[in-house]
Amino acid sequence: MSAVENPAPARPRLGRPRTAGRRDDTRLALMFILPAAIGLVVFYFWPLVRGIWLSFTSWDILTPARFVGLANYQEMIGDPVFWNAVRVTLIYVVINIGVQTVVALLLAVLMQRLSRSILLRSLVLTPFLVSNVVAALVFLWILDFQLGIGNQFLDSLGVGRVGFFTTEAWVIPTIALVNVWRHMGYTALLLFAGLQAIPSNLYEAARVDGASELRQFFTITVPLLRPILGLVLIISVIGSFQVFDTVAVTTNGGPVDSSRVLQLYIYDNAFGQFNFGYAAALSVALLVILLVVTVLQYRVTRAGQTDLN
Amino acid sequence: MRGSQAPRHAARSAGLGLAAALAVTATGCGVAVGDDSVDLDYWLWDANQLLPYQQCVDAFEEENPDVRVRISQYGFDDYWMKLTAGFVAGTAPDVFTDHLSRYPEYVQRDLLLDLDSLDATAAVDADEFQEGLADLWVGQDGGWYGMPKDFDTVAVFYNETMLSEAGLTPEDLQDLDWNPQDGGSFEEVVARLTVDSQGHRGDEEEFDPDDVVTYGLASQGSGGTSGQTMWSWTAGSTGWRFTDTDVWGQEYNFDDPRLHESLDWLFGFVDKGYLASYEEVGGDANAQQQLGSGQAAMTTDGSWMINSYTRLDGVDVGIAGLPSGPTGHPVSMYNGLADSISADTDHPQEAARLVAFLGSETCQNIVGDAAVVLPARPASTDRAVEAFAERGIDVSPFTDLVEEQHTMFYPVTDQFGAIDALMTPAMDEIYIGGRDAETLADLNERVNAMLE
Repeated sequence: MSAVENPAPARPRLGRPRTAGRRDDTRLALMFILPAAIGLVVFYFWPLVRGIWLSFTSWDILTPARFVGLANYQEMIGDPVFWNAVRVTLIYVVINIGVQTVVALLLAVLMQRLSRSILLRSLVLTPFLVSNVVAALVFLWILDFQLGIGNQFLDSLGVGRVGFFTTEAWVIPTIALVNVWRHMGYTALLLFAGLQAIPSNLYEAARVDGASELRQFFTITVPLLRPILGLVLIISVIGSFQVFDTVAVTTNGGPVDSSRVLQLYIYDNAFGQFNFGYAAALSVALLVILLVVTVLQYRVTRAGQTDLN
Repeated sequence: MRGSQAPRHAARSAGLGLAAALAVTATGCGVAVGDDSVDLDYWLWDANQLLPYQQCVDAFEEENPDVRVRISQYGFDDYWMKLTAGFVAGTAPDVFTDHLSRYPEYVQRDLLLDLDSLDATAAVDADEFQEGLADLWVGQDGGWYGMPKDFDTVAVFYNETMLSEAGLTPEDLQDLDWNPQDGGSFEEVVARLTVDSQGHRGDEEEFDPDDVVTYGLASQGSGGTSGQTMWSWTAGSTGWRFTDTDVWGQEYNFDDPRLHESLDWLFGFVDKGYLASYEEVGGDANAQQQLGSGQAAMTTDGSWMINSYTRLDGVDVGIAGLPSGPTGHPVSMYNGLADSISADTDHPQEAARLVAFLGSETCQNIVGDAAVVLPARPASTDRAVEAFAERGIDVSPFTDLVEEQHTMFYPVTDQFGAIDALMTPAMDEIYIGGRDAETLADLNERVNAMLE
């Protein structure tokens, strides 16, 4: 009603050109930032700070936390299962990232150089649409020692059956490759986007100069893709260090401790034994490992710089 | 924990208030029907027991119109996770089925009510149950934390057809014995039941242990810390016991050579070809599937599995007693489940009435007649034995062990979670063949240090 009674002041203001000089938008900007900032504080900073605090306590979640100083960290240093978990996780990361990056890069280049088919690109991405748990279950069946179609195939070839999820030597490579299968399409797509940003005239010039496909790949594609590659590596390495669901579904850490990765050990301690304080200390250790790895990667790959200019 | 209770009270009071207001509005005459009744949550994990316990609850509600009970059933693994989460969030069930390996940690954290402190349960006499069952649920503080509901022992399930194909009769499975030196008559039967791809049996010279089609004994993995159905009967029948006292032991006996010899003998079956390797069956070995698929001819398993085995499609399953050990008789682990009351409950007295009823003759008879497990009361056990017999199943191999007191208790100690995390990988390693059973002596020191 009020708008009808007194519409006059609104109109000229709307139509008026912006002549008031530099308006202070700080308050407006803050308002836009606020929801995200609240989310960040509530879901990231607060749990982080609380997690670090809990790592100095003995806490079973059912009774109040008790400050124990550095006891959890001292225990961690002398804990063979923790060091085994670090070793197993590192082996997993190396296999997972090593194979995934090479395969994804190959896929991305093939997608760019050989085919423009949307269907093909979608197909490559399909495994990423499957949840980790489902992928793990499907491979658990395919690679089952007795019933798995994969093992029956190997048997018919005369290779013999392989205990993919039941022998210490095979379990981590198998889990790593299952996750390569699931993630390579997504990584390939990220790299593919990076490839699209490389000017095509560089390739044309190279071809005029008689450079082979392989030469073009190593002298043009790889150097110019470096910033994207660096970023993709950092993201995938962080994700890879946090492997959990595939292990939990397929081996639950076994045989013995051969697939007991850090995240699973943290989970076992927290929810299996009510050692939430120790689990928090293990989480802080994982955080430190990730920080070191990320900074190193960022430096080594010079992910913040481009060679295009 | 106390702090987390407040919102639950508030929410529940608000909910009741709203319900009452709605009832008043709906009836329009100010007479609210049923708004003063109490709601109780009851949890269990065994789907087979859901039906008889629903009948028990129906009977209870008839006798106690002021109480309504809602039963929830979750799978065994999810069950404990949900229960812990429930305790933290203040939404734990009022009454729940409890396990001997779990309750000490709950008692330690004051999460359970002492049944002796509540009117209805304090009136129940522990002697009314099978001998020793109620004692398992008495904490170190003397409190009583579980109303016995059933008990279980271990016996041998075998494939009748495979037995006759091997030229054996059910009588041949009676009075078997074993020893760690030559395996005794039990090992002879296991070998006889094992068949390789050429049809040679385990006791024949041509037998190839690397090409076995049917194993004499089904694998249940290493059996972990308690080896309940896998290895506990072997070690038990040498005279070995888990801890220094029946209940609430302060020292484990994992350093005892009798245990090491028993494990070496049983897991030595893998090399002989009588038992599937870890590589084949993995950490989640399922003996019932092995028997059902013809991969194994015989297994040792618990009484709660009677229906699972006897209802296997296309397989006629018989039950025999465990073999005698060096002590001259068989020994089975004797375990029992019980109902506990959460300290979080808003209605302890009503919960106690429910728990007393679940342990009463009325409910135990319902469970017995359903023939799913062996109820904790002797008279109800008899009814279960009869009900099984009517279906052609003789469960005396399970009940005889209790009558003759050839049993040992499930290890009830503090820190079972931490001990299990240490022991299970070690047991797996022994089964795989990467560790000598003797090295358990070192682990025993660490286990006992946890109990100090």
